[in-house]
Amino acid sequence: MHTNDLDAHLDALVRSAETPREKAVDVMFALQRRYGYLSDEALERGARILGLTPLELEELATFYDFIYREPVGRYVIHVCDGVVCWMHHENAVFEHLRRRLGVELGQTTTDGMFTLLPVSCIGDCHNAPSMMINCRFYGRLTPSGVDRILEEYRHKPAESARHG
Amino acid sequence: MHEEILLQNRRPDRPATLEEYRASGGYGPLAQSLRGGSPRDLVAAVKDSGLRGRGGAGFPAGIKWSGVPVDKTEPRYVVANTDEMEPGAFKDRVLVESDPHQVIEGITLAGYAVSARKGFFFVRASYEHVAVLMENALEEARRAGFLGENILGSGFSFDIAVHRSAGRYICGESSAQIRSLQGVRPNPSKGGPHLTEQGLFGQPTLLHSVETLACMPHIARHGAEWFKNLAASEEAEGTKLYTVSGRVSRPGCYELPNGTSLRKIIFEAAGGMAQGYEFKACLPGGGSTSLLDQSFLSASMDYDSLKKLGVRMGTGTVVVFDQDTCLVGAVLNLTRFFARESCGWCTPCREGLPYIRELFARIEKGQGAPEYVDMIEEMADQMRHSYCAFAPGAVAPIQGLLAHFRDEVEEHLRRGGCPFNAPSAGPWQEAWTSYEQERPGGEA
Repeated sequence: MHTNDLDAHLDALVRSAETPREKAVDVMFALQRRYGYLSDEALERGARILGLTPLELEELATFYDFIYREPVGRYVIHVCDGVVCWMHHENAVFEHLRRRLGVELGQTTTDGMFTLLPVSCIGDCHNAPSMMINCRFYGRLTPSGVDRILEEYRHKPAESARHG
Repeated sequence: MHEEILLQNRRPDRPATLEEYRASGGYGPLAQSLRGGSPRDLVAAVKDSGLRGRGGAGFPAGIKWSGVPVDKTEPRYVVANTDEMEPGAFKDRVLVESDPHQVIEGITLAGYAVSARKGFFFVRASYEHVAVLMENALEEARRAGFLGENILGSGFSFDIAVHRSAGRYICGESSAQIRSLQGVRPNPSKGGPHLTEQGLFGQPTLLHSVETLACMPHIARHGAEWFKNLAASEEAEGTKLYTVSGRVSRPGCYELPNGTSLRKIIFEAAGGMAQGYEFKACLPGGGSTSLLDQSFLSASMDYDSLKKLGVRMGTGTVVVFDQDTCLVGAVLNLTRFFARESCGWCTPCREGLPYIRELFARIEKGQGAPEYVDMIEEMADQMRHSYCAFAPGAVAPIQGLLAHFRDEVEEHLRRGGCPFNAPSAGPWQEAWTSYEQERPGGEA
C-alpha cells in the first residue's frame, strides 16, 4: 500500500469510529503491517491520525503484547507457554525451535524470516502443544511437524503478516 | 442423552452457514421479537430464565439487564466479550467458530432489549480467524436484513462492529475492556456507577461474555421455563459449554446440562484419562480457579453448587493433571502467566505475584525452605486487598495447591527438588532427553 493510500485507509478507519482513539489498535496493526513493526516513525504517524500525542499512543503500544516496538521477522512464531502446553512439553518445543532457527527467545533469525516469542495461552489447549505463526494456529506439534512447517514458510512467497 | 443447544449446528470442519442457521430456527426469535414482542418481554424472559453470566462471575443476567436505565439516555451499547484468555479456555472460540450467526442474533436481541444502537464484538488478538469469520458473517447478516438500519422493517436499527484487541488477559475484565474499547490503557477501574448506567463512552452499556449472549435466541424462542429445565442441578439453568484439556483422552469443548458433575465431564464427555495416566488434580474453570483433588469429582459444575464448596467455577474450562505431573511446576507456570499479565496498577498484584513466582521457582529447583510455604500462603491471602479480581484469581490455584496437595510441596522441600522425573511418553519427551544430553555438563 502506498503512503497516501495508507493514510486514506487509516483516515477512513478512524472516521468510522465513535471516537478516533477507539481505533488505536487497528491503526497500530495497520502501521505494523506497513513498516514491519511499530517504529518511532510509525508511532508518530499513528498518533497524528488518532489525534493523540506520541506518548499517549506509546502508553497503549507498550501495554499490548501483539504490538511490536522493535523489529520482528517476516513471520512471528508465538509458542504457547500456557499450563496445558506446559504439560505437553512446551519447553521442548522452544528448545527445538531455538536449535532449528539458531536464535534465543525474543530474537530474529539473521535472514529476517522468523522471530521466536513465547505467548500466554492462545486458546488451543485441546491441540496442545501449540504455536502460532502470524496468528495462524499450529497444534498437536511434533518435532518433525515443526520442521515441516518451518520449511513451508521458508519457501512461501512473501505474504504480509496479518498482525505484522 | 442430553440435547445440544448452543452447539447444535457444530460441524467438524467449518462454521454453519446463514442458511443452516436459519434452517435450525435461527433469526426466528429476532423476527418474532421485533414483530410482536416488546423489549420488556425479553428482559423479563432473561430474568425468569435465571441465566447467569457465563464469563466467570456468574452474575444474574436479568439483574444486569434491569440495571440499564429505562429513560431515554442515548446511545446505548452492547459489548460481546470474546477476549477469552483464561489458561485452559477455548469455549468461546468453538462457539463462534461453530455458529457465528447465533452470536449475532444473541447480541442483536440484547441490543433490542436495552434499546441499544450499536454492539461491539471484542476479540483477542490470537483469535484473528474468529474476527475475520465474524466480519464476514456480519456482512451476510446485513445483506439479509437482520442487521443495520430498520431491521426487518421494524424500525429498530442496530449494528455490530468487530473490535480487535492486541493481547493481555486483563482486557477480559469488564471495566478494563471498556477502557480498551475506548483506546485508553486498559487497567481496570472501580467505583462510580455500574457499566449499565455509565459504561462505554460514559453511556449505558450491557457487557456479557459471548456464551451468555448466545443463549438469548433460545430463551426468546423456547421460554424461560424450558431454559431453566435444561440444567442438571436444581441450582443451575440452561446448558454450559465446558472445555476439557490436559491429560484426557478426548480433549475438547462439550455442551452439557449446566451443573453436570465434574466426574461426568472428565470421565464421560472427555473419555477419561489418557491411556496410562491416573487422575490427580484439576482446575475446574481455568487458571484462575482452585486446584481440586479427586474428592471434588462428584461436585456439580455450576456456580452455586461449587460456591457452596468454597470453589469458583470460573469459565467452566477444566484442566486435568495426572499422577506424574508436578503440581508445583504447574502452579509455577500459572503464577508466571499471572505475573506477566498483571496490569501493574496496584502493588499487591504487581509486586506480590513475581515474589510468589520466585519462591515457587526456588522450591521447584530444590532451593526451597519451609518458611517459603508460609510466606506464599500469607501473600496469597493478602491478594484480597488488591484493586480488582485479577490477583485473587491468580492465587486461587496456589491456595488449592496448599489446601489439597501440601504434601507434594513438602516433598519438594524434603527431597531438595522436584520428585517427579518419570518421563512422559511422546516425541517431545524424546527430543527433550536428547537435548538435555547434548548440553554442556549434561548426562552424555
